[in-house]
Amino acid sequence: MNLKMEKPAQVSTAISALSARSLSKSYGQIEVLRDITLDIRSGEVHAIIGENGAGKSTLMRLLSGHAAPTTGQLFMDGKQIDFANAVQAEAAGIVLVHQEILLAADLTVAQNLFLGRELSRRFMVNDRAMNRRTAEVLAQVGSTARPTDRVGDQPLAQRQLFQIARALLDDRKVVILDEPTAMLANDEVDALLGIVRDLRDQGVAILYISHRLEEVEALADRVTVLRDGDMIGTWQVSELNQRQMAEQMVGRKLEMLYPPKRGTSKEAPTLDVTALSVDGGKVSGSLVVRPGEVLGIGGMIGAGRTEFFEGLLGLRPAKADKILLNGKSVTSPDVKGMMAAGLVYLTEDRKGKGLLLNDRLGPNLTLQALDAINPGVQLNRKSEARALEDAVTEYDIRVRSLGIEAGKLSGGNQQKLLLAKIMMSDPSVVIIDEPTRGIDIGNKTQIYKFIDDLVRAGKACVVISSELPELVGLADRVLVMRGGRFVAELEGADITEQNVVYAAASSGRTAQGRTGT
Amino acid sequence: MSSTEVRAAPEREGVSIPWGSLAPFIALAVIVILGALINSNFLSTNNLLNVVTRSAFIAIIGVGATFVIATGGLDLSVGSMMAFVTGIMILTMNGLTPSLGSWAILAGAGVALVVGALCGLLNGLIITVGRIEPFIVTLGTMGIFRAFITFMSDGGSLPIDRSLRDPYRPVYFGDFLGVPYPVLITLFVVLVGAFLLYRTKYGRRVTAVGSNADVARFSGVHVGRVRTMAFVIQGICVAVAAICYVPRLGAATPTTGQLWELQVITAVVIGGTLLRGGKARVWGTVAGALILEIIANVMVLSDMVSEYLVAAVQGAIIIIAMLAHRFTSAR
Repeated sequence: MNLKMEKPAQVSTAISALSARSLSKSYGQIEVLRDITLDIRSGEVHAIIGENGAGKSTLMRLLSGHAAPTTGQLFMDGKQIDFANAVQAEAAGIVLVHQEILLAADLTVAQNLFLGRELSRRFMVNDRAMNRRTAEVLAQVGSTARPTDRVGDQPLAQRQLFQIARALLDDRKVVILDEPTAMLANDEVDALLGIVRDLRDQGVAILYISHRLEEVEALADRVTVLRDGDMIGTWQVSELNQRQMAEQMVGRKLEMLYPPKRGTSKEAPTLDVTALSVDGGKVSGSLVVRPGEVLGIGGMIGAGRTEFFEGLLGLRPAKADKILLNGKSVTSPDVKGMMAAGLVYLTEDRKGKGLLLNDRLGPNLTLQALDAINPGVQLNRKSEARALEDAVTEYDIRVRSLGIEAGKLSGGNQQKLLLAKIMMSDPSVVIIDEPTRGIDIGNKTQIYKFIDDLVRAGKACVVISSELPELVGLADRVLVMRGGRFVAELEGADITEQNVVYAAASSGRTAQGRTGT
Repeated sequence: MSSTEVRAAPEREGVSIPWGSLAPFIALAVIVILGALINSNFLSTNNLLNVVTRSAFIAIIGVGATFVIATGGLDLSVGSMMAFVTGIMILTMNGLTPSLGSWAILAGAGVALVVGALCGLLNGLIITVGRIEPFIVTLGTMGIFRAFITFMSDGGSLPIDRSLRDPYRPVYFGDFLGVPYPVLITLFVVLVGAFLLYRTKYGRRVTAVGSNADVARFSGVHVGRVRTMAFVIQGICVAVAAICYVPRLGAATPTTGQLWELQVITAVVIGGTLLRGGKARVWGTVAGALILEIIANVMVLSDMVSEYLVAAVQGAIIIIAMLAHRFTSAR
């Protein structure tokens, strides 16, 4: 807080595309946003950062007409405006690109982009014109998809680009991007940052919400920090480094984000997989996991990392020459058998494959380990209740009530609930796919600490991560996957962002030269 | 800070009334009161016992349907399956009467339970192993079972052996301490169903599968097995209903159980079970079955509306129930 902050008065003199004056928002008794004053100028990228629950999403919703402020005003080009809904805001040139993918899977890319505002000619939809325009914006955002491709057949990263493309169909004054890179691999992120810079250079005002501080540092001109619904301040990005941004977000000095490393483990492997072939050989490989180590799995999104481990759990068609787990041979892997043998997997798709969002915390927690908690056919409600109380304390799951549904928890608490769930069976090998995707720094630190404790207690942890700092910060050993094969193994001082990216992105022959230790 | 919040909360939970899950019972009470106001005969013991007994079939089959629907499935074949099981049971009993006498009834009931379970297993396996929509599969088996009963009865009536009529009669018409047997059987089936759903690991998995099959799969639940088992339970419930049904008319005909599948689904859905799965309300299903039967009964008693319109009113009920659900859950 000893940093120099811009004075609001000074800000308001600049030409701003969109200004907020003393915005507040309450839901019932709860005030989620207090007295936010903000200017977004044409031709700048303005980053908004803050932990989950800091009020970023609410602010976005207020600015884009998805919700109305309780008090305070919005100004556009100096005139006060009042949006009844998002359609009016879009008509005025403000568009919000949602973090979640909101596209109809069975329609084509062009049909999705023009959904609700189809071009027509003599009462008939003009597919040719829509496809032509779609091809233009797809090229603009660097998507490789064709306008006639079915959205459901496209990978998540492409779908994210489609959403951005849709926002760019018309001329925009203000584009609000909510975590646009959460789903993207590194080269796609670079491409996206390029698009954002282009837009800025065309004079569009861009509001950029991200958890990735390195992106904010690389891209934004100014940054505003929110914490617990309060605006902490706005800075020129050049005035803050990433650590200082993080400290403003959490409101305290950050201890080391990553726990100290444990060093390469020399113990006999807990898990030894030979020639696992998944999805008919599209993804295959061998690996060993040793007690006391964090094995990081790096690679681009779509490299086959998730598929490999889902195959190992029998969640996809797979076969292996040999799987040895705690000295026992596993012949036909499935989730239940693997759990009994001591291996669990935490999915990257928290909402789709991890939690029953409409169910309460208790059933979610015990679903996987039902047999362990209840020896007979009957449910033991007492031990279930005790398990939940223990989990809430041990994993610091912050809830207003133990009776609420899992979907009502914040992302970080959902992730901690999932961790508690897979740990119910006391496994010896824990595979965590994207352990901190979309969760705030406070919870991130807790999860890193948890992984460290686990491994120091002699267990093994496999961390699949697309966030390079996380991979480099956590792992004692890194395997990099590209095109469905493990192409490099890194240890010790060789674990750097550059080496991981190089192995993940370069051509096969070069990477093989770097393989081996 | 979190730990104090956690401790204070459960008490607050206890105060709030779950209106959503009480709705079917409130509706039932309202309809009973309306019935009493419209016709004084409605509340007579005889009439009430009659109504409750008649609703037994839909309630019993509805318990099974609650399992199927809670897993995210749907069974359109229950009405035809009922008729088919009835036919097989009558043929078995008639065939065994010369050698077993009245014991043929027990043998027939046993065969009915096995055949019902097998019919359910068939539905379940085609759906889970063949990976076909339950709607399509049970639409197919609905036709198949219906054709079989028509074939077995030769398009007419398939009666039970005369000598079995008297010993079998009490199963529908008899009572224990004034409570008709079909009501006791329904109560038994519902209690078993509620135990399975709410007190066992299997029940927990049923709602997990219906809530999100992927989550269940990733948690090591055998989704196919849970779904198939739900259809087997449905089949057994159909057989129990058939066992109660045969003594009522003493015969199976090509129209036995016709359109019952719609009444069953209506009962389940107005009982509060989600049609897309993930939430099961066995007692609600019973309330739903009672609501349907009481509406029919009141309409017959009242003379205000033609009884030919009973199905229309029942149809309107399911739509109203869903609209009410939509408006109460939107807030």
